Amino acid sequence: MTTKLGFMFGHALLGASLGAFGLTCTTADAAEQITFVSQGGAYQQAQTVAILDPSAKKLGITINQDSIPDAWPAIKTQVGSGKPIWDVVDTPTGYCLRGGEQGLIEKLDFSKIPNAAAMPEAYRNPYSVSYEFYSSVLAFSQKTFPKDAPNSWADFWDVKKFPGRRALRNHPIATLEAALMADGVAPDKLYPLDVDRAFKKLEEIKPSITVWWTSGAQSAQLLNDGEVDMEMAWNGRVSAVAKEGAKVAFTYNQGILQSTSLCILKGAPNLETAVKFLNEAVDPVHQANLPLNIDYGPGNPKAFDTGVIKPERAAQLPSEPANAAKQALMSYAWWSSPAGEAAEKRWAAFMQK
Amino acid sequence: MLALVSPALLVILLLIVLPVGWLAWQSIYHDGFTLEHYRRILSEDIYWRSFALTFEISLLVTVLALVLGYPVAYAANAVSKAWSVVILALVVLPFWTSVLVRAYAWLALLQRTGVINQFLRYLDVIGEPLALVHNTFGTVVATVHILLPFMVLPLYATMQKIPNDLMQAGASLGGSPAFTFFRVFLPLSLPGVLAGSTMVFVLCLGFYITPELLGGGRTVMVSMLVSRNVELYNQFGAASAVAVVLLLSVLLIFFVVSRFISLDRVLGQK
Repeated sequence: MTTKLGFMFGHALLGASLGAFGLTCTTADAAEQITFVSQGGAYQQAQTVAILDPSAKKLGITINQDSIPDAWPAIKTQVGSGKPIWDVVDTPTGYCLRGGEQGLIEKLDFSKIPNAAAMPEAYRNPYSVSYEFYSSVLAFSQKTFPKDAPNSWADFWDVKKFPGRRALRNHPIATLEAALMADGVAPDKLYPLDVDRAFKKLEEIKPSITVWWTSGAQSAQLLNDGEVDMEMAWNGRVSAVAKEGAKVAFTYNQGILQSTSLCILKGAPNLETAVKFLNEAVDPVHQANLPLNIDYGPGNPKAFDTGVIKPERAAQLPSEPANAAKQALMSYAWWSSPAGEAAEKRWAAFMQK
Repeated sequence: MLALVSPALLVILLLIVLPVGWLAWQSIYHDGFTLEHYRRILSEDIYWRSFALTFEISLLVTVLALVLGYPVAYAANAVSKAWSVVILALVVLPFWTSVLVRAYAWLALLQRTGVINQFLRYLDVIGEPLALVHNTFGTVVATVHILLPFMVLPLYATMQKIPNDLMQAGASLGGSPAFTFFRVFLPLSLPGVLAGSTMVFVLCLGFYITPELLGGGRTVMVSMLVSRNVELYNQFGAASAVAVVLLLSVLLIFFVVSRFISLDRVLGQK
């Protein structure tokens, strides 16, 4: 309560000084704003409604938004220049970790981020906090499989029992996990990945893969146009295609639960406000509002206890506890380890063989 | 004179020479001088495969564009002015559509449930849909379509300058139309063939969106290696080394071509 009062007092003072001295207090003004970066589109719009606007209002700060599909090169360039302009970035968790290890991302002081400190340890790391969850799931055409649809990666690999055209993502992340699950590894026993075993299993399915997709839009188009009968895709893409009326469905069984996280650039211009915002952004109620606007699950599992998400909606979300239990939680720590980086490099050779 | 060209030279310096120089510099310098990125290109066979595939596809596209483009240019040159405008307009028209849109249009035509497969199945010509896209075939078809104008226009420009009198002279000396074409017209149009082929070949070497969207993930051309290397090695140097090798190949091609015809012909279509 005192902090809030103190803050409001500061705000009043700022207003008074603005009135009295005109435009002379740019430093004080700068302390009350941050630049937040996400991936744009419907996803960023949903965040604006659920999280960004309410957080700005509650903290009394201005959140300037920017968007970029792939923030990683920009993070490198901005921090490398010594004068970053962004504060908080929403980007795949692996980049936050890798950036932290390379000195591009601030280490977080969780004593100042109580909302994150209350989250399970697997949902945060020294550099970032889970912001939202999505899942790489097995999706299929209900036209091809009106009943007895493929329900596991072993089924996906079984071209005799489930004939049809297949697509996988042209990327090792989540694909190696799926291969290992197809080979009988339990979802909670995946890490550290047995890379040799995974690639061996992938060689087995490779001749039956029609398309190795590179973008989420492409995976949606393949499913929508009936170009493939089953594929690995992100849950939000599949449900969007289904909403458009295509006869497609997916299973969370053996899905690979992935996240984007919030992290702060090293030397961010508004570090203190950024930390305050980070705490507010993973507040259970704001987080619970996100899935009401888009098909992604909240990064903070406490959101499911707020009562904001109705049970039938919760059941559709990737990070809902019962759904999460069926899936493998991706280890970004493994993927940014030397073994993970080596596996990523090996992918290119696998694709061109 | 220097005062007149200096603004243009400055723009070239700022927008081309400096960035390309910076690119090349990064490929050999990262916390010290290093040839690591070039060593990788020479030692890992995925690079060889991609370069080989890229040259193979570029050659195929060039031959197809020539086979398809030559008759078009010939027709545009032979018919009346009004008709040639129509033909050239049809050739240039796709220029106004983005490469991305055209790639998706080909997808709609070529895919399993696409127009061509459905039509063939309707006619009962085929039982199973043909694999026309998500492979090298689809990539080549769309690339030829995109690059065709770069073949037709230099060909047309060259043919325009072949005096009609020469053909008539050939005919008056008793040559059949086929004979005069092969002995008179075709040799005189060869500079256009070389110019168009060089343009198409070199442009094709750097194609990115088309193989990315229509190649099904298996058609990995050099430009895709460039973008992949940024992601994989987190260093621009790893990507710029690939780009530098590609640039050197292009310069080598231009050098070889310049031994045969003046480069002005290829670039300025004099």
